Amino acid sequence: MPIFNKIVNFYLDGFREMRVGKKLWALVLIKLFIMFAILKVFFFSSKTPDFDNSTEEASYYREQYIK
Amino acid sequence: MFELIDWSRAQFALTAMYHWIFVSLTLGLGFICAIMESIYLKKKKDPKWKSATKFWMKLFAINFAVGVATGIILEFQFGTNWSNYSYFVGDIFGAPLAIEGMFAFFMEATFIAVMYFGWDKVSDRFHLTATWLTAFGATLSAIWILVANAWMQYPIGMEFNVEMARNEMVDFFAIVFSEVAIVKFWHSIMSGALTAAVFVTGVSAWFLLKKRNMDFAYKSIKVAAIFGIVASLVVAYTGDQSGIQVAKYQPAKFAAFEALYEGKEGADLTVVGILNPDKRVDNDEDVFLAEVKVEKMLSLLAVHDIDAFVPGFEDLVYGNSEFGIMGADEKIERGRHAIHELKNYNEAVANRDTVNIERIALLFDRSTTEGDDFYTNYFKYFGYGYLESPADIIPPIDLTFYSFRIMVGLGVYFIFMFILVLWLQRKKRLEKYKFVNYILMLSVPLVYVSSQAGWVVSEVGRQPWTVQDQLPVSAALSSINSMNVVTTFFLFAILFTILFIAEMKIMCAQIKIGPKEED
Repeated sequence: MPIFNKIVNFYLDGFREMRVGKKLWALVLIKLFIMFAILKVFFFSSKTPDFDNSTEEASYYREQYIK
Repeated sequence: MFELIDWSRAQFALTAMYHWIFVSLTLGLGFICAIMESIYLKKKKDPKWKSATKFWMKLFAINFAVGVATGIILEFQFGTNWSNYSYFVGDIFGAPLAIEGMFAFFMEATFIAVMYFGWDKVSDRFHLTATWLTAFGATLSAIWILVANAWMQYPIGMEFNVEMARNEMVDFFAIVFSEVAIVKFWHSIMSGALTAAVFVTGVSAWFLLKKRNMDFAYKSIKVAAIFGIVASLVVAYTGDQSGIQVAKYQPAKFAAFEALYEGKEGADLTVVGILNPDKRVDNDEDVFLAEVKVEKMLSLLAVHDIDAFVPGFEDLVYGNSEFGIMGADEKIERGRHAIHELKNYNEAVANRDTVNIERIALLFDRSTTEGDDFYTNYFKYFGYGYLESPADIIPPIDLTFYSFRIMVGLGVYFIFMFILVLWLQRKKRLEKYKFVNYILMLSVPLVYVSSQAGWVVSEVGRQPWTVQDQLPVSAALSSINSMNVVTTFFLFAILFTILFIAEMKIMCAQIKIGPKEED
């Protein structure tokens, strides 16, 4: 446990003492939010059908390749 | 009129090029920080070196934070816009990307924290180790995406599984240690090192111009110039090796580098030239409006033999029996036959026709005699079956030709620039030559231009293929609504531009503050 506490304190102190880093973390979090909560959900959800098994999936893509 | 395929390609290009802006600096700057910290410890903890190390680490952090995860958008696009491609390449592309994600997350995330939070909290040696491992972690995570890219340019170590309709990895080490992957890795990583060296030199030149933190600037320039010379020479060497590989495995791309229409023995190298926009493979127009050539140099560069034959577009499109080059029309026929057999297999599966299923499965099994013969004569040209005409094998010549000259020209310029900088800094005379410092500052955007031009040469030059000879972009595309792609194209353009501006602003503010004195 002492090692675990040391590691946690190491990170907590590090984050506490950050100056420019805080701005950078905000930027990273905003970016990740835009990517995963907006782009991924609304624009990059899977457009291929849901397949029950790999045979069905293979059959779908074979159709795509022989069009 | 832009169609779905154009928008999808433009979106991927936009994302990849913006992503590379951040990645290239991360790759090199990590090592510069590690070298500076090593000097700091070697010089018995000279605080000036600590101050320099911490300053560049701060800029590294800004670039890292802005750039991190921008590559994830490329993975979104693989799944949505390029699902036919993603399925076709299967685990060959998936495995390296998964390893990359693990490396990127665990190695960088662990050691980068020690690098920033660990000053005076962990031992000097442990801190230095963390700094080096952060730099190596970034490099190691880059290996995997470069391996995946190299495989697309030179697909080996896989077999097509007709039942699953996808390629499967049969030789992991053949893929990872392919000659193309090794050269691509060193060329790309060292171009990142070169970017960082020019960046550090350019920023330091600003301090010299402002007559601020002169000692810091000279120290930084010394490290960057030596690092830059080494990097630019490795980039030049691996570029030469890459040229030989492209000539061997992607001859149409090589012909596009040189706008070479008519192949010949002892082919000439066009150093600079203005392309004739009316020139096509099927007309007799001149290739260039103006040109400067070096006799036989192209053969020397392509094959390291001054009299070797280098094929042009006419040879590749129409074939050249004298040199054993099969024409694209013949390849298209063979590719169509391979696709036809895949279609037969599909029908046999639908009709539960076990006789035909087994017959065709044998054709796609390279361990059998029929399979090996079918692969050599037909499946090897599978992707050609999707092309409409033989001339479709020609990549966009003008973009490839000019980008190649920008990349090589700037690469040569950086070698001389670093030699000059190293000489002037040794004499501590650099601040006296204001114009040199202005040139060094202006070289920062130029190194990004050369880096991006290199990407264009590699990726535009390999058109029409996503996977060389196996899958053209037209067949790699998903059946999706083009408006969706158009919308996200502009969303990405806005998002990345905001990120880029944010990086510029934060970085410029930190540069103006300058390095802080250390105890």
